[in-house]
Formats: sequence, structure tokens, C-alpha cells
Amino acid sequence: MSAVIFFIAATGAIAGAIGVVMLRNPFYGVLSLVGHLLCLAALFLLLNAEFLAASQVIIYAGAVMVLYVFVVAYVGGDSESLGASPGFLRLMTPLVVVLLLVELLIATLGSGLKAIGTEGAPLPDGFGSPAAIGEALLTTYLLPFEIASILLLVAAVGAVGLARRRRGFGPGDVPFDSATIAAAPPKGSGTMAEAAGDRAIVGAPRNESR
Amino acid sequence: MSLQTHAWLVLAFPLAGTILLGLLRPVLSGKKAGAIGTLAILLAFANGVAAVIKLQELPSESREVVSSLWTYANTGGLDAQLSILIDPLSLLMVLIVAGVSTLIHLYSVAYLASDEGYVRFFAYLNFFVFSMLVLVLAGNFVLLIVGWALVGAASYLLISFWYRRNTATKAGIKAFVINVLGDVGIVLGTILLLGATGSVDFLTVFNEAPQVFNSNDGTLVAACLLLMVGAFAKSAQVPFHTWLPDAMEGPTPVSALIHAATMVTAGVYLIARMHPLFELAPTAQVVGGIIGLLTLLIAATIGLVVTDLKRVIAYSTMSQIGYMIMAVSSGIYVSGLFHLMTHAFFKALLFMAAGSVIGAMAGEQSLNRMGGFRKVMPITYACFIIGGLALSGMPPFSGFFSKDDILLGIGELGGWHWILYVGGYIGALMTAIYTFRMIFRAFHGDPCEEAKSLEAGRLYHAPEHRNPADGTLEDTGVGFPGSKHHIAERSVAMTIAMGVLAFLATTAGVLQIPKISHVMENFLEPTFVGAKHFGVEIDTSLLLFGMGLGTVLGLLGIWIAWTLYVKRPGSAAAIEARFAGAHKLFANKWYFDEAIDFAIVRPFAALGRFGQRTVERVVVDGGITAGPVSLARVSSAAVRSWQSGLLRAYAAAITFGAALVLLYFLLQG
Amino acid sequence: MNISWYLTVSAIIFTIGAAGILTKRNPLVILLCLELMLNAANLSLISFSRMWGNEDGQIFAIIVMVVAACEVVIGLGLIVAIHRRGLPVDADELSELRG
Repeated sequence: MSAVIFFIAATGAIAGAIGVVMLRNPFYGVLSLVGHLLCLAALFLLLNAEFLAASQVIIYAGAVMVLYVFVVAYVGGDSESLGASPGFLRLMTPLVVVLLLVELLIATLGSGLKAIGTEGAPLPDGFGSPAAIGEALLTTYLLPFEIASILLLVAAVGAVGLARRRRGFGPGDVPFDSATIAAAPPKGSGTMAEAAGDRAIVGAPRNESR
Repeated sequence: MSLQTHAWLVLAFPLAGTILLGLLRPVLSGKKAGAIGTLAILLAFANGVAAVIKLQELPSESREVVSSLWTYANTGGLDAQLSILIDPLSLLMVLIVAGVSTLIHLYSVAYLASDEGYVRFFAYLNFFVFSMLVLVLAGNFVLLIVGWALVGAASYLLISFWYRRNTATKAGIKAFVINVLGDVGIVLGTILLLGATGSVDFLTVFNEAPQVFNSNDGTLVAACLLLMVGAFAKSAQVPFHTWLPDAMEGPTPVSALIHAATMVTAGVYLIARMHPLFELAPTAQVVGGIIGLLTLLIAATIGLVVTDLKRVIAYSTMSQIGYMIMAVSSGIYVSGLFHLMTHAFFKALLFMAAGSVIGAMAGEQSLNRMGGFRKVMPITYACFIIGGLALSGMPPFSGFFSKDDILLGIGELGGWHWILYVGGYIGALMTAIYTFRMIFRAFHGDPCEEAKSLEAGRLYHAPEHRNPADGTLEDTGVGFPGSKHHIAERSVAMTIAMGVLAFLATTAGVLQIPKISHVMENFLEPTFVGAKHFGVEIDTSLLLFGMGLGTVLGLLGIWIAWTLYVKRPGSAAAIEARFAGAHKLFANKWYFDEAIDFAIVRPFAALGRFGQRTVERVVVDGGITAGPVSLARVSSAAVRSWQSGLLRAYAAAITFGAALVLLYFLLQG
Repeated sequence: MNISWYLTVSAIIFTIGAAGILTKRNPLVILLCLELMLNAANLSLISFSRMWGNEDGQIFAIIVMVVAACEVVIGLGLIVAIHRRGLPVDADELSELRG
């Protein structure tokens, strides 16, 4: 049974990966990646990594991919052709890729590791369960865990800084003059309270565009 | 609160004061800054008193408490901690530093009231007190070096306080450079001790030293001499003394606090603190004793002829510290520290009184122009007399007991120490002469123009601001004495500060009187109980002879000064002409500045010019760098073509590299 | 199933991702391919974790996911900023750092 599931999931994952590279429309590429991630989650389950499988589906296939979809929709995914690039790259790419694949396969299949040909060591109860992972994260790996959280915070702040609208960016931006300021929405508009509709802003024009 | 808490609070309050004053500088007006600064030091002093009370509650043998707040570094055999050592010695210093500082802050509240840099001054002054307290409380060499260097920096800032005055900034730089020379000595000494004992902690080093070193071990003597370089630079001992007279460019309270009462005695404290090491290195002790004696005599001779009021007191400070260095180098630590304390009182008092006179003279400091202030400034005159008598070692003032304690202790040692003994008494005679020469010239004789003006009820104001050191015209931004300046006589705060110090200078002697009172000795016993000459009983006949001799020499000195400057005012000039050679030598300060300039400054300047003109321009620019520069140009041009700016090219290169690394491992395996 | 199968799948996905990065010009798709490579590495980590019956590999994979999330956030932020400036969203056109 597990062999059947493995082959289905592995085929799906590889197919999804190929889809990401081959499909010309980035939007389809994202969808293909979602499929790939779901198949990968199934592989994780087969490897007794339940918690990781769940987070893969929820965080990756769910949250992160939604972000991608939004950005693709915002930037406008142009269709593009494969590999229209400088000459030496066209030559180098297949060479490097094939070399890498061959080496990786030799490394995994031809290695002297005996355990690699087995289904793995006998497992303790609750291996890979949220409880086990949580305990490891909050005891042995507390420091990496905290560092990871700080890293996420930094990344979030950095992203806000990057994507923020600044003045005088480029040709597409409206110059910021007194007329713009005068036309700005009154104080208090654009807040959560206004969005929730429980506070009326006196004299506020409803500007849907913002 | 515990002993440790009090000790840390001693450090915390001045630091808080510094930060507060530094941050609030733009908004503080009037005398608020002075109040904040004085209060911070007063609180530190109160905590110091509380710490002493707590320490006295402990049994005598456990009165050495180490408290560590933080570990700087614990690696490679070095365990540097933010730790303080609380023992009678450090707390004695805390009391002296914080106590005198409180009074001097109080004095400065009024003294600098008309200065534009009022808040800045108190921020600096608090910073100085903090640094000095770090120095005396440090529990290991690392923190000692930190305090040592911070004190030097604070001294620099305060000497150059009137930074628009050219002579002041130069004096600050001079002081700082010589002090840094001392810092280097201490750092090198610490490295030697760390290498030998494997620790920077005071108590560990002291405990290890007898096991590691033989008596007069070469390494130990070298380390002690290097520490002494630091001590001499800070304490203005020959040949590192030339900065101290110039440091009188700073405001008078600074001279009183830093360059008389506290910072310059740090060298004495250092030797006393390191006494377990110095006891093992008799050679270093001999060097210290000789240097102390030399300084004492040289400074006293210069003090006889200098005409600048503050510089007379500065040379007397050097001379008195010579006594202390002589004492602690000879192993009689309690006497040295006792003199340190009484000296802090009477010397701060003298400086404060001098500040009063300088105020009345509107910034002028030359004795040649002063005279006749006796009647118009009775309080100042009384302070000068009290301070002068204490300085000359007249009974029953504090200086009598402390100075004689040193000389008696040295006399009791015997052997070659008789040189120090005799030299010390010669110095005592000269001390009395120059002290009363200063007093008679400033307060007796015909009243000068400024004194007359004050008598008429009007404080003299200079028509134009001139630098008292070189007479050049100054802009008004320098700030002192300003149009609304005070003199100590007429200000309550300054009078209180002077009164307290006058009381202490008069009575502090009772703390340690041979065969009668042993307060100092009993208090310091836990620190010095292991020292060789601790608590040695003085021979009664020597005691009586010494005290009698001290009194007679003091009286003789005062009589000589009286004869020369009051009774027969012209005779001083006659003697000057008679001994023109000696006078020239003394007046030119034994040519130390010139000698240092000739032996060190000029050769190094010449070396620098040679290095810049010949070595750098010709050899380095022409020969050595030319090859690498062109190589770098050519090779960078070659590598630059790889920077295509194409993201994918970079990615391909990385992937290719990774593949190669993998290939290497495959071939290895 | 033998662990070697999982590792093989991981190697294939990794190579596909690498090929994608080297051939695509749209930075969005390059980011997607980066995700592929990171996931391939995750699969390897989890396989080894299973092989030894030790959870450390899974913890490692979680940290990799965190790093991947950060990378996505920053990468997409950059793409949005590029787009805002009116610059072409094309990895080959953005070559101002040419030496």
C-alpha cells in the first residue's frame, strides 16, 4: 500500500516540479507548485513526519502560495520563453544540470551507507507528532527557535520597508505636492474603525480606490 | 541594604549625575546643574559612609569583600570581571574622594556661576568623580586600567575646560599624553603579572605572588616598575611631572579636586594597593623611595621661586605627593595614606582660598601683582593661614601629624633610609618657606589696586580679558571670571565649603597620633596586616626628636619667609641676585620641559619627518606599493569582466561550484 | 519503501529546481524554483530523520521552512518594489551591477 502511495505522490511531486519550470504563465506555475507541495506533504506523511506534513500543507501550500498568487496578480505574470539568454549560459545550463543530477544520484544510490537501503530505524511512539516536535523545539532547540522567530520578524519589517510607497520613485508616480495633500482623505479615514463601519467619518469622501 | 549594594551605589550616583547633566544640558538653567551634581556626589558619599559602617560590622579578617556584577570575558585563561574590591583601603579612598568632591562641588556652584559652560562643568566633574571611584574600587587590573584611563580623560576635559584658551588646550593635551604613558605602563605591568600568575584579579594575584615569585624576581620587579610608571605619571613624580603645573590652566575647583586632592594621589593608592607585590620587590621599593625624594626636593625648590599663585600650590602638591610616594615605597602605608587624607583637606582648602584671591584679582594669578589682601578678605586669609600651617607641618594642625608620621616611620627603618629621612626634613623646611612666601606676598605688604578696590566695596573687574598665563587678549567666550563673578568671601556656599575643610585640616591629625591615637591604623589593619612594617612601634626618643625637629624647621621656615618678604622686603631680590645660577635653574623648573623636548620630542619629530619625507614618499610610494597597485589594477580588470550583472550567470556559477565540490567529495569517498 | 527512493526523488526535484533557476527570466518563477530546491532539501532531511529514527532532521526542516518563508517575503517585496518603480520584471534586464 505504501509503495503505491509513494509512487503516486512521487510522480505527482516530480510532475509538479516540471510544471513549475515548463509552464509559461507564472500563474499556472504557482498552481503547479501547490500540487507539488501537496504531493510532497504526502511523502512526508509516509516518512512519519506528521507535523511537518501538516505545516507543509497549511503554511506552504496555503499561506505562502496565496502570497505568490497575489503578487503574480499584482505584477502581472507575463508569459515568457525558456532560455533566451546569452550564449555561454545556453551552453552551461544543461551541462551543469546534468552534472548535478548525476552526482546527486551517485551520491545517494552509490553511497556506502547501509541504512539507506532499509526502511529506516524502528521508531519510538509519537515520532514526528506535534507533541514530540514541540518538545524538541522548546527544550533542545529553543535558541534556534527564537532566532528563527526574530528572523521572521526582521523579514516582515524588511518587506514592509521594501514594498512601501515612497515619494519620487519613478515615472509612474504622482509627484507629491500641496494639491495632493489638500485632496488627501481627512484624519481618521482609512482606519479599522471606518472599515468596520461603526464610526462615521464626518465629511469623509468615500475613496474606494485606496 | 548590604555592603555590596552600598558600594555599587557609590559608583552609580556620580554616573547617573553625569548622564543626567549631559542629557539635560540644553534645558538646565540657573544653578540647577550645580545642585544636581552636588547632590549626586553627596549621595555617593553617604553610601560610602554606610559601606564603612557595614564593613566595620564584619570580623576583622573578612573585611575584604569582592563583588562581581558582570563578566567581561572569560576565555583563554583570562577572567575579566566587572568586580569591585571593598576593603578598608578602597573605602578610605572612597570617603576622601567623595567627601572632598562634595565640598568642591559645593564651592563650584558659586565659583563658576558666571561661566557659560556651567552645566558642562558639572557633567565633567561628576564624570571625574565616577572615574576616580571606579579606580579606587576596582577589584581587578582590568577595571583598574579602565578607571585609570577614564580619570585621565576627565582630567583632560577639565584642564581644557576653557577650550577657547590656547594655553589650556595645550596643557590638557600635555597632561593627557603623559597620563597615557602611565596607562601604557600599567597595561604592560598587568600583562606581565597576568602571564606569571594567570589572573587579573587583585586578591588572586596577591595570593599567587609569593608562590610564583622569588624575592626580587626579575619579572616582578619589571612589573612593579611598570606599575610605578603609571603611578608616577598620574602622581606627577619626576620625570613625569611636567604636566601638573600646566594643569593649573583649568578652573580653580578642578585644581583643588583633581590636581591636589584626589587624582594625583592615585599613584600613592596604587602602590598601597599593590603592596603585597612591592614587598616582594625591594628594588622597586628603593626606586620608588628615591623618586619620591627627588620629586619632593625638586618641586620644593621650584616652589620657592615660582610667581604664579596656583603654580606654587601645584609644586607643593608634587612635593607632598613625593612624601607619600616615599612612604608607601618604604612600606609604611598607613602613614602615606594618612598624609594623603590630610593633604587632600589642606591642599583643597588652599586652592579654594586661592580661587577666592584670583576672583578678587579678576583672573590674574601672578604673585608679583598681589599684595595686602589681609584686611579685605579675612576669611580667605584665615583659610590660607590654616592651610599653610598644616602644609608646613606645624602642630597641632593635621599636616604636622601626618608628615611626621611618615618621617618617623622612615627614620625607624634605618639603613639607607636615612637619606630619605634627612631629605624629608630639608623638604619640610623649604615647604614652610615657600608656603609663607606665598601667603606673605599675597596678603601682606602694600594693598594692590584690586585690594583697594575691594576695600572700597567694589569687586575689581578687568577692563579686558587677558590670559593669565601668557597675557594675550581673549574673547569673552572663555567665560571666566565674567562680569558677574563672585569671590569666596562673599558667597555662602563657598564659605561653607572652605569652613568644613578648614575644620578638617585643623583637626584631622587626631586620627593618628603615635602612641596615643590609632584610628587610621586600626581601620586599615585588614588591608595591611600582612605588610612587613605594619604597626611597628616608634622609638620614643626618635619620636620626640622628630616632632621637635619638625616644629623647629617649620618655625624656622616661617621666620625666614617673614624676614625676607615682610620685615625686609628688598632682601629677596638681593638673595636672588646672589644665587643667580640656582635661581635660574629653579625658575626654569630644572629645565625638565626643555630636556624632554630635546631628548624625546625633537628626535621623534625628526624621525617622523624623515619617515614621511623619505620613507613614505620615496620608498613606500615609489617602490613598495607600485608593484601591488599595478597588479591589483590588472587583475581586477580581468575579474571585472566576470561581473556581467546577470543574475542567472551568477546562479550558474554557484551551481557549477557546488557541483565541483560535490564531485570532489565523491572522488574522495 | 527504501529510504533511497525518497532521496532519489529529492535529487530529481532539486535538479529540476536548479534547471529552472538557470533558464527562467521572470524573478517570480525563479523564486518558485528556489522553493522547489528548498523543498527537495527538506525531503532529504526528513528522509534521513526517518532513517535514523531521530527527530533532529525534522527540526532542521522546520527551520528551513522558516528561512524559506523569509526569503519569499523579501523576494516578493523586492519584486513589488521593482514593479512599483516601473522597472522591467526581468532578471536579465536588471543588470546594473555589471562590472
